[in-house]
Amino acid sequence: MLLGFPLLSLAIWVPIVAGVVVIATGSDRSASAARWLALAGSVLGFLVTLPLYAQFDPQAHGMQFQEVVPWVPRFNIYYRLGIDGVSLLLILLNAFTTVLVVIAGWRVIQSRVSQYMAAFLLMSGLMNGVFSALDGALFYVFFEGTLIPMFIVIGVWGGPNRVYAAIKFFLYTLLGSLLTLVAFIYLYNVADGSFSLLDWYKLKIGMTAQVLIFIAFMLAFAVKVPMWPVHTWLPDAHVEAPTGGSVVLAAIMLKLGGYGFIRLSLPVVPDASHALAGFVIALSLIAVIYIGLVALVQTDMKKLIAYSSISHMGFVTMGLFLFNPLGLQGAVLQMVSHGFVSGALFLCVGVLYDRMHSRLITDYGGVVNTMPVFASFFMLFAMANSGLPGTSGFVGELLVTLGAMSVNFWYAALVATSLVFGAAYTLWMYKRVVFGAVANGHVAALQDIGAREALFLVLLAIAVLGMGVWPQPMSAVLNNSIQDLLGYAAQSKL
Amino acid sequence: MNPADLNLAPAAAEIFVLAMACAILVIDLFLNEARRHVSYVLTILTLVAAALWALHGGPEPRRAFNGMFVDDPMARVLKAFVCFTVAAMLVYARAYVRAREMFRGEFFVLSLFATLGMMVMVSASHFLTLYLGLELLSLSLYSMVAVQRDSGPAIEAAMKYFVLGALASGMLLYGFSMIYGATGSLQIAEVAARIAGGHVSSTLLVFGLVFVVAGLAFKLGAVPFHMWVPDVYQGAPTAVTLLIGSAPKLAAFAFVLRVLAAALGAPALLTQWQQMLILLAVLSMGIGNVSAIAQTSIKRMLAYSTISHMGFMLLGILSGSLNGYGSAMFYVVVYVLTAAGAFAMVMVLSRRGFEADDLDDLKGLNQRDPWLAFLLLLLMFSLAGIPPTVGFYAKLAVLQAVIGAGFVWLAVVAVAFALIGAFYYLRVVKLMYFDDPQDATPLPATGDVRALLSVNALLVLALGLLPGGLMDLCQRAIQGSL
Repeated sequence: MLLGFPLLSLAIWVPIVAGVVVIATGSDRSASAARWLALAGSVLGFLVTLPLYAQFDPQAHGMQFQEVVPWVPRFNIYYRLGIDGVSLLLILLNAFTTVLVVIAGWRVIQSRVSQYMAAFLLMSGLMNGVFSALDGALFYVFFEGTLIPMFIVIGVWGGPNRVYAAIKFFLYTLLGSLLTLVAFIYLYNVADGSFSLLDWYKLKIGMTAQVLIFIAFMLAFAVKVPMWPVHTWLPDAHVEAPTGGSVVLAAIMLKLGGYGFIRLSLPVVPDASHALAGFVIALSLIAVIYIGLVALVQTDMKKLIAYSSISHMGFVTMGLFLFNPLGLQGAVLQMVSHGFVSGALFLCVGVLYDRMHSRLITDYGGVVNTMPVFASFFMLFAMANSGLPGTSGFVGELLVTLGAMSVNFWYAALVATSLVFGAAYTLWMYKRVVFGAVANGHVAALQDIGAREALFLVLLAIAVLGMGVWPQPMSAVLNNSIQDLLGYAAQSKL
Repeated sequence: MNPADLNLAPAAAEIFVLAMACAILVIDLFLNEARRHVSYVLTILTLVAAALWALHGGPEPRRAFNGMFVDDPMARVLKAFVCFTVAAMLVYARAYVRAREMFRGEFFVLSLFATLGMMVMVSASHFLTLYLGLELLSLSLYSMVAVQRDSGPAIEAAMKYFVLGALASGMLLYGFSMIYGATGSLQIAEVAARIAGGHVSSTLLVFGLVFVVAGLAFKLGAVPFHMWVPDVYQGAPTAVTLLIGSAPKLAAFAFVLRVLAAALGAPALLTQWQQMLILLAVLSMGIGNVSAIAQTSIKRMLAYSTISHMGFMLLGILSGSLNGYGSAMFYVVVYVLTAAGAFAMVMVLSRRGFEADDLDDLKGLNQRDPWLAFLLLLLMFSLAGIPPTVGFYAKLAVLQAVIGAGFVWLAVVAVAFALIGAFYYLRVVKLMYFDDPQDATPLPATGDVRALLSVNALLVLALGLLPGGLMDLCQRAIQGSL
């Protein structure tokens, strides 16, 4: 480890500074400069996260790469960073996705290019901040800060109903996080004026307070995940957001919720987490099954993938609250895999949308005849979404199901239905869009993907297959972090 | 009375402002229309000099006028902020008032007298001095609202402001007289000492307290004493709205703190006014935020927003601890900084013969002028309390004080209303960024306005990234003064 070299700060600030530089290029006259600068910034942002993986010590316990700098002395707030294996994977996923998003928006976004690109770079840096913050106030600042660029992205470059979707997105997520703020301040007072998460892990808290804190956390994180029944913002936001917005939303922003549960709910209020685990699992099962059925009847491709996201995130929340290594590991791997797969599916829909300006399944049919290369990529990602062995989607779902089996047979039986529903809605959509006779003149006139589109699809295909075939490099960095987490979660704080 | 006790030195900044106000009044008589800017420049120089002068001084409180006037750390900091805010108002307003033929000597002199009133309020250590400062401020503001003699809404606003303001002053005086009756003194330290010593009729004292709190709530614009705020904000020329909506809040904060915390801060009384302030705060946050949603006028919306922010600020005061007072002071300073920028933006949108008063005038600002839109975005997110702007820390500080005082439920209520409030600030961002402009006229912002506005809004962001300094400044000022 390069001692004292602030790698985490780089991962946060490189994209943010790049974003500021990009926005400084100003109007659309210099759009191509904005694009190239954004690409350079995102690639650089990805490169600076690689040493984190290289120097991460999978044998060590606790937080690595810690940086501590006093920030607001009056409230004892520190700029305190540090990561474990969970954060590491999410940071890598985030930096990787940002590169894809910049490439995906290259040609499609023609108005206010610099603002669009800058929004994604800023978001990327802020989300890295969430994943590495070890100070409650700092965590909150990053967590909330991500709302502003996303709000702008949905509202400015989104579809026809974008204003409604943007405001719904913002207020929904703000609702949860404001109560979390109250919980944070309460913990700060209980901890004798410390915002350090690691101090909060050691606090003794009574059961009533734990339950209230758990509910406050749950509101914030459940909205982000999103869990049934607070998921209703997601389909709107996804449908109206531009492709890049949907990708970041699905691939990274939803993970903030799962990450919050891991970093805060489980270790800070373990007794309440145990007591309410049944409740969370019930909600997760509803998400997996009911939302899976809802996805089946969607006519809009983006909406279908949005519902599929909610259903897949049900696996994550379920895995977290099983309190066993398999479940937790499965949940984290599912988060990463879902980042790749849902991102890829949104990009595929984006590819079609850019050509046809329609997201309705009925407007398509027989796309394979005109876009064979695209159809094969789309096939791979559709399979991964259904959880086919050999793709990344399989690993997490299998582990969570195994974890559930060891707790309760019925949990496992119910959650495994998702494999059926997932295959049903994804492949049925695939069949209607891609196979069959050429449906209309527009489909007949489609051009297959070009080099730029091939680039991001290939990158994602490598990620999906690589993780499916050989998940070892990922699970290796998780083992100790998950042990630590289970250790905190097993320790009663009453 | 011993003449040596007069000790004018601590009041030097006030005396300077008074002298300059009189001088500018005379100088302006000899200036023709083309050279009016001489008064303008002199006024701004006076304010900046007074601000620097006020800041100058050791950590120890110094008293003057037989203890009726005190120059302590809180007074110094607040006076400097007051002077800077008024100076910024004048810079923002130059083009606006010139286009409306208000660019006259009266405008500058009245601004200076209002500033003087605020400085006296901030430094008062005697109920009569407080009242004197308040009246000097209020009378200057009444006439500034009416300075556009031919504007119907402005006259109506001035009339309402005057009548309700006079009523509030009456209540305050009545409350002071009760307190005098109970304690036999109007000196703040003396009142506190006699209450602490016991043998004071608590019925009389609480009776007086009710009137004092009602009067203060009127001046702050807290619900249910808020009726004048939207009408006055909307009716007054925007330059004057900026003045009413910014610096006087700093003075009012000092007023509330001197009366409630310093004079009537005894534990038995504290629980009494705590109850009243809880009611005022909850109602202000509720009605302020909910009513703001229904507004179509920017100025009215900002008026209701002010009401809700005053409710939030009261949360800090009702915590009844030095920590809470420091948080409230931080809150009010941050609020003034942000609100001044927001009102300045309303003036930038206006031009000769056109008042930007409708929210729809903000439509498509990002396409008309991306930089100004970005600055207003920062200001709006700060008002909504979203990080990384400083508005978030203001809310954090106040909520921390409230929770520290044991009112977790109050914090939950406060964040619920903050959520409702976020909606109308977001609507402004939505209008600027998501909608297309209705009006493609270039904005008439001149270089100085643009520069000051940039500094103002970027300060909101910079303080959001590094809030420590300002927080410490406020906390030290409170600790050195109470």
